[in-house]
Amino acid sequence: MRIPFAMAVLLAAFMSAFPVWAEGERALSIATEGASPPWDGTDANGELYGYDVDVGRELCRRINIKCSFVAQDWDGIIPALVVGKFDVIMSGMAITEKRKQSIAFSAPYAGGFNQFVVRKELGLDAGDTKQRVNLSTVGDKEKAAIDHARSALTGKAIGVLRSSNSEAVLKDLFGDVVTIRSYDSLDNLKLDLAAGRVDGGLADFFTWRDFLETPAGSIAVFFGPELKGGLWGPGVGAGMRKDDTELLAKFNAAIDAATKDGTLKALSIKWFKTDIAPAVAK
Amino acid sequence: MNFQLMLDAVVVLSSGVGLTLTLTALSLMAGFLLSVPLAFIRAFARPSLSLAVLGYTYVFRGTPMLVQLFLLYYGLSQIEAVRASVFWVILRDPFWCALLTFSLNSAAHTTEILCRGLQSVPKGLTEAAAALGLKRLQTARLVTFPIAFRISLPAYGNEVVGMIKGSSLASTVTLLEITGMARQMVSATFAPFEIFIVAGAIYLSLTSVAVKATQLLERRLSADRPPGTRQRLRPKPALCEP
Amino acid sequence: MSGFTAQFAVAFVVTVSLGLVSGSLGTVIGLVLAMSKSSPASRFKAAVTAYTTVVRGVPELLIILLIYFGGTIFASKVVGRYVEVNAFTAGVIALTVVFSGYATEVFRGAIAAVPAGQTEAAKSLGLNAWQRWAFVIGPLMLRLALPAYGNLWISLFKDTALVSIVGLTDIMRVAFVGAGSLRAPLTFYLAASALYLSLTTITLLSIQLAERRYPSFGQ
Repeated sequence: MRIPFAMAVLLAAFMSAFPVWAEGERALSIATEGASPPWDGTDANGELYGYDVDVGRELCRRINIKCSFVAQDWDGIIPALVVGKFDVIMSGMAITEKRKQSIAFSAPYAGGFNQFVVRKELGLDAGDTKQRVNLSTVGDKEKAAIDHARSALTGKAIGVLRSSNSEAVLKDLFGDVVTIRSYDSLDNLKLDLAAGRVDGGLADFFTWRDFLETPAGSIAVFFGPELKGGLWGPGVGAGMRKDDTELLAKFNAAIDAATKDGTLKALSIKWFKTDIAPAVAK
Repeated sequence: MNFQLMLDAVVVLSSGVGLTLTLTALSLMAGFLLSVPLAFIRAFARPSLSLAVLGYTYVFRGTPMLVQLFLLYYGLSQIEAVRASVFWVILRDPFWCALLTFSLNSAAHTTEILCRGLQSVPKGLTEAAAALGLKRLQTARLVTFPIAFRISLPAYGNEVVGMIKGSSLASTVTLLEITGMARQMVSATFAPFEIFIVAGAIYLSLTSVAVKATQLLERRLSADRPPGTRQRLRPKPALCEP
Repeated sequence: MSGFTAQFAVAFVVTVSLGLVSGSLGTVIGLVLAMSKSSPASRFKAAVTAYTTVVRGVPELLIILLIYFGGTIFASKVVGRYVEVNAFTAGVIALTVVFSGYATEVFRGAIAAVPAGQTEAAKSLGLNAWQRWAFVIGPLMLRLALPAYGNLWISLFKDTALVSIVGLTDIMRVAFVGAGSLRAPLTFYLAASALYLSLTTITLLSIQLAERRYPSFGQ
């Protein structure tokens, strides 16, 4: 009889140690991936940091609500929001028509663009890596850049984050010439890029830039033009459930105020060393 | 419940069945081939050799296959020496990494299963074989092993089912078998419930076939005993892991 | 790296508690289902068989994913208001379901292995059904089931690693994050392996202890 009793005590102890059963006050729960610095990363103590986290805290301060951050893998982040595991997504998530079918977005709180990186040893001609291509307005110059990228990347293995817009754009524009490898996290993509399992990757420019400056990342270089627009939409916004209209209005007001008084610009320079905050409306 | 989506899912996910079956079949075969000599070592060799094999099976049966997979896939690729070696041609590809992990894992489990079977073979049979003039290798091949295999069949059937299910872990290293296709489809449609149910149903049909096949095989190999009679309880073999 | 040591320690506790809770609940459910399946006059045999077949035939990873994403919707509909099903809860439900499916079969096999003579003797002594189960069949069945039952616990602790895929901060999750952000997969996954191996060893020693105290036939 001693064993069942001991187990019951253990059970109670463990259960009480976890607030999962407790009915606490629900603060606002913001989800972020935590694996794409400088947008959002996880440090050695398991704490989340990054542009998304700072902006989120700033917006919550303006709305005067308590908020906490949770990490969620990218490919489950929208389904998890929809079923109610958290209230907001702030994870460098681009506003796209497809996502708008499932969730609502705030006004953009950052711009941003994607770019390819490839392993240096492939010796590919990178073309003009400063050229800006907006996939929503593709003219002759843009088309030439894309065609050049296509021919150079033919037959290569390119890694992307599963369920990201990069994956969608890669499939759309390059799907017939490259082998697409979808990863559960950008960190793992970077590991495989450094190991040579994939020849290149397509992801956010700032995420790559930080990586390229590390010893592991020095084996890769930027390739092709800077890509934005198209499937990436007008920018990065905070995702919320469609029926949370009140929360959405509050966020939009706060983003507007933070844009106008330069807070977002300051945070952008802090994390990206460039101003990619939304332009102040005329 | 979006039934149209579920029907679409059946079509999409079925394209992953080929990879699932390939991974499963190859891992089981490789694991089995590796485990036969190891099982004999475990059951009959010197304690020091047996313990060495036990070290291998203990580690592979005592840690999650997910950790083993990530260790082999990401961990090995971190080592410069591995990347420069001839093995890199194989280890570079996620398919071979997954296959290697699953095979080593399956071999560990099968070694212990066969070991138990080998130890359960009545001593009288091996003695009779020796009395008939059969050499040690012939006895092992013609008498001990077939009987041991028949005894091990229920447990090995479990191993087959376990490997079909275990193949789903390949999705974590970018492979597009059933689970990989399911997760990809979920990320495109944001409808996890319907798609994972369809995936589960596909796995269920695969494992049911495996279970039925094992039962058929058991019945065929047990021709000497009428169905329904139960084996008398025997004490646990002292050496092999249960 | 020191930050991660602390994280591993916390994660170890999470893994152990996930395992203990799931295993205990799963054992209870498994016993109930096994007994109901073994009684001659049970109407639920088909349902129980369907349950164990499904649960043992679908990958644990899929069950975890299903319950994590579908669980909130399902539970909220059933209860009528929003119910939180976080990674830990989803993990407990999923692992309990898996454990109970296998436990039912283990206990059922053990019940069937109890010699018929014992049951007949108990009946002839005038014990009713409950007394037979509690004093004669039960203890024998538990001793017979012990090796296979112990294996279920080892599998359970290994399966807890899968719950990391839905974000639970367990041993595997800490290793995953650390390996990615510090670019040191070898170190982290070896550390995780060591932790899991220690769990397995503790479980094995506990089983051996139990087997010595509650020996089965012929020992």
